[in-house]
Amino acid sequence: MPATGVFSLLWLLIALPLAGAAILLLGGRRTNKWGPYLGVLTVVVDAILAIWMLLAMMGEGAEERTFNDNVYSWVFAGSFKVDMAFQLDQLSMVFVLLITIVGSLIHIYSLGYMSHDPDRRKFFGFLNLFVAAMLLLVLANNYLLMYVGWEGVGLASYLLIGFWQWKPAAAAAAKKAFIINRVGDVGLSLAIMVMFVTFGSVSFDEVFGSAGQASEGTLTAIGLLLLLAACGKSAQFPLQAWLLDAMEGPTPVSALIHAATMVTAGVYLITRSNAIFDLASWAATAVVVIGVITMFMGAIIGCAKDDIKKSLAGSTMSQIGYMVVAAGLGPVGYVFAIFHLLTHGVFKAGLFLGAGSVMHGMKDNVNMRRYGALRGLMVITYGTFVICTLSIMGIPPFSGFWSKDSIVHAAFESNTLVGVCTVLAAGITGFYMTRMVAMTFFGKARWEDDVHPHESPKVMTIPLVILAIGATFLGMALLFWGNIETWLEPVVGYEEHEIAIPELLLMAITLVVVLAGAAFAWIQYARREVPVLEPHGNLLTRAARSELYGNEINDSLVVQPSFWLSRFLVWFDNAWVDGFVNSSAAVVGGFSGQLRKVQTGFIRSYALSMVGGAVLVVLALALVRLS
Amino acid sequence: MIDVPTNTGEAVVFWVCAVLSVLGGIGLVTSRKAVHSAMWMALTMISLAVLYISNAAPFLGMVQVIVYTGAVMMLFLFVLMIVGVDASDSLIETIKGQRWTAILLGLAIVVILVWGLGSSLAGIPAVGLDAANRDDGGNVQALAHLIFTQYLLVFEVTSALLITAAMGAMVLAHREHWKPRPTQRELSEARFLGAEHPGNRPNPGIYARHNAVDTPALLPDGTPTELSIPGPLRARGDVAPVDIEDVHQIEEADSL
Amino acid sequence: MNPSNYIILSALLFSIGTVGVLVRRNAIVVFMSVELMLNASNLAFVAFARMHGNLDGQMVAFFVMVVAAAEVVVGLAIIVTIFRSRRSASIDEPNLLKY
Repeated sequence: MPATGVFSLLWLLIALPLAGAAILLLGGRRTNKWGPYLGVLTVVVDAILAIWMLLAMMGEGAEERTFNDNVYSWVFAGSFKVDMAFQLDQLSMVFVLLITIVGSLIHIYSLGYMSHDPDRRKFFGFLNLFVAAMLLLVLANNYLLMYVGWEGVGLASYLLIGFWQWKPAAAAAAKKAFIINRVGDVGLSLAIMVMFVTFGSVSFDEVFGSAGQASEGTLTAIGLLLLLAACGKSAQFPLQAWLLDAMEGPTPVSALIHAATMVTAGVYLITRSNAIFDLASWAATAVVVIGVITMFMGAIIGCAKDDIKKSLAGSTMSQIGYMVVAAGLGPVGYVFAIFHLLTHGVFKAGLFLGAGSVMHGMKDNVNMRRYGALRGLMVITYGTFVICTLSIMGIPPFSGFWSKDSIVHAAFESNTLVGVCTVLAAGITGFYMTRMVAMTFFGKARWEDDVHPHESPKVMTIPLVILAIGATFLGMALLFWGNIETWLEPVVGYEEHEIAIPELLLMAITLVVVLAGAAFAWIQYARREVPVLEPHGNLLTRAARSELYGNEINDSLVVQPSFWLSRFLVWFDNAWVDGFVNSSAAVVGGFSGQLRKVQTGFIRSYALSMVGGAVLVVLALALVRLS
Repeated sequence: MIDVPTNTGEAVVFWVCAVLSVLGGIGLVTSRKAVHSAMWMALTMISLAVLYISNAAPFLGMVQVIVYTGAVMMLFLFVLMIVGVDASDSLIETIKGQRWTAILLGLAIVVILVWGLGSSLAGIPAVGLDAANRDDGGNVQALAHLIFTQYLLVFEVTSALLITAAMGAMVLAHREHWKPRPTQRELSEARFLGAEHPGNRPNPGIYARHNAVDTPALLPDGTPTELSIPGPLRARGDVAPVDIEDVHQIEEADSL
Repeated sequence: MNPSNYIILSALLFSIGTVGVLVRRNAIVVFMSVELMLNASNLAFVAFARMHGNLDGQMVAFFVMVVAAAEVVVGLAIIVTIFRSRRSASIDEPNLLKY
């Protein structure tokens, strides 16, 4: 449907934060005083617009909820036409709401968190840039425009991870994130190329409309390439190594980008391309496998990290693994993948902002072994953190319970093994989240000498409270009042199957496993003393601490061979290419060294050669003329 | 086209002069002394002048004798005098292969020119210059007509060339005086303060048997003194030996 | 007698002059060989003038003589100048262009 009424302001959603970013970044130091407030304002206005559009969309019928807004014709090269056009349908609507609302809360939080940083104007500029790019990603109506947004969020992530550029660790982490992302981006660009070759167009309507006419091999190839792209952006195995390093960035960045929004772009990609994955079962299977692997990887890593942010990053990796599994299950799971994405966005942002609040009170120390017994001193932080923890663990009636259990149910609908894996991962989730809460808020105080923990200012605690409220009620709201299955069904399709065991029994089993994990962690970390120096640990602990050797594998598979290749090329260039050039120069030099002996300096020799030459010329002329 | 008969008179002149000029050329190239080369050159030029006259170019023939043989050869001889009349080249060739390659190339030139010119000129009758000369009433007048009408520009340019050449010669031969010319007083002072005996040197041939320029004068005790020989001759070693026999005879006659 | 005999004589004298230029070491003798070559070409011009029946050949020969005279003047002046500084009239002496 064409975009009329409030939907004609679709382009404004992207233009506002983009303008904000431009003003803040190009305006320079002049904008230092009021810049951050402008940054907050653009995103808040976006959020208001988004809610307005939601209300308008809910007023339409179920089949008429797709609005297209063609801004202008971007590429027209022969048969290849791409427009800068936006599409707002039910899927992108929920994403827009997530990005703008959670984004506004995090912007407001950053006013307090970054209040002492001299570069805060730049920070808000980059955040606005990120919001603009992410909105472009979800609102694009063709793959190429989405790729622009895809790259834009990658750029914003790089800028924000490396915000404190003077820290070598931050700069290295930013570079690592960008490079690993790039590998995934290659997948997306190749997928776009294959789509163009196969379908002649890259717009969603045309690709999904003619997906049935392509061969299964082509569709599998496209699906696998899209999966590669999603792995890069969502930190799935094998491109997961950058996410934990990305915690070098400021905490609001980790909350917004590496928890709620950017890392979910991969899930968006897979869900949006459901038409392709539905027809390429091998690609879908690959998606599920990758999701399961990452689910476990992230959980195991999160269990052993002492850095609170890195532990939460491991958790993010694992939860996105859940979403990827759900997306790979096909129509039974797409809806729940998005459902979990939305609830995860809220409670993970709450967890990260809570961690930021704790760090703020502990003088920016991230080591949980130095926390302890904070629940009396940071009451609001403690309360919101616990609520979000219960949500992520999947304890009813918090939002995570509804979304995660739906995924468990969908997993059992398709494949029992996958279902068992999801239940086990839920148990590990219970373990590491309880461990985090226990080490931080309970037990004895293990603080350093000059640390005086205190509650954060209101500008930071109010967003925490709002997010906690969301973490409590969003699940029920979306499921019962918003009917999320029927809401998204026109876009992604929805199926429901029967499973062997009754639903309630499954829920109970899951809950028992989660509580078992939580209890185990409670005994280990709340009852027993937590050592300040990290103990040596058994094999699994040590492996988890080194992120399951992900970095070492990358180093030996990719980095070292690259060094060897470059060294080989340098040697080749010096020995062969330079040798060739130098030897040809030497040949010329040697030849000329011999040739110069013709110059004897005697006038008579020169006269002789002149006469000889003249005789030859006359002879030649005579022969030509007289023959 | 009038056929110009070449009568036997012309043939005789040709053969004689041809042989003489070739001999002169070979003599020029092979003489040891430079002055001899100049003499052979003069021979060649005179015979060429005769050949010009027999070719209905009397003006050119005269000009050849006057300008070339007269002026140019004399110029050569003057320069030879400055450079060294006696200087004789050794005829040993120092550059390897130069002589034989040169002779080979010379033969090649002759062969090519004769073959080329000969084959193209065979059978073409000569037109002769009677008509051309008759038009203006003589060879000189005809040449004058041509110089001052058709070849006027060439004439003017060559005159500029001659002026330039004369100036060039003057510039090249000029010796710059860096100091003012020594006055007679300065010369005299230098002579008396110098190491050598300030008086006149003896003239050549004093008390000697002959008074030729290269005969050294005799000192009172009968020894010849080289100082009496002019510098250039001394430098060349052109000193005639004094006949001691005559000196002894004179001594004996005196003592009698 | 064929008028082209003069041409053959001219060619012969020309080649003798060339050999003289290449073989002799004394600068003045080399110069004289060059003059011989010029004279040979003059003879050729005069003979051709007779063959063609107009005086252009003689004109050219006349101007060649003028130019040759000018050239001799300057050339000998150069030889004298070189002799003054180098004390030698051999053309093998100045070999500074040697490699």
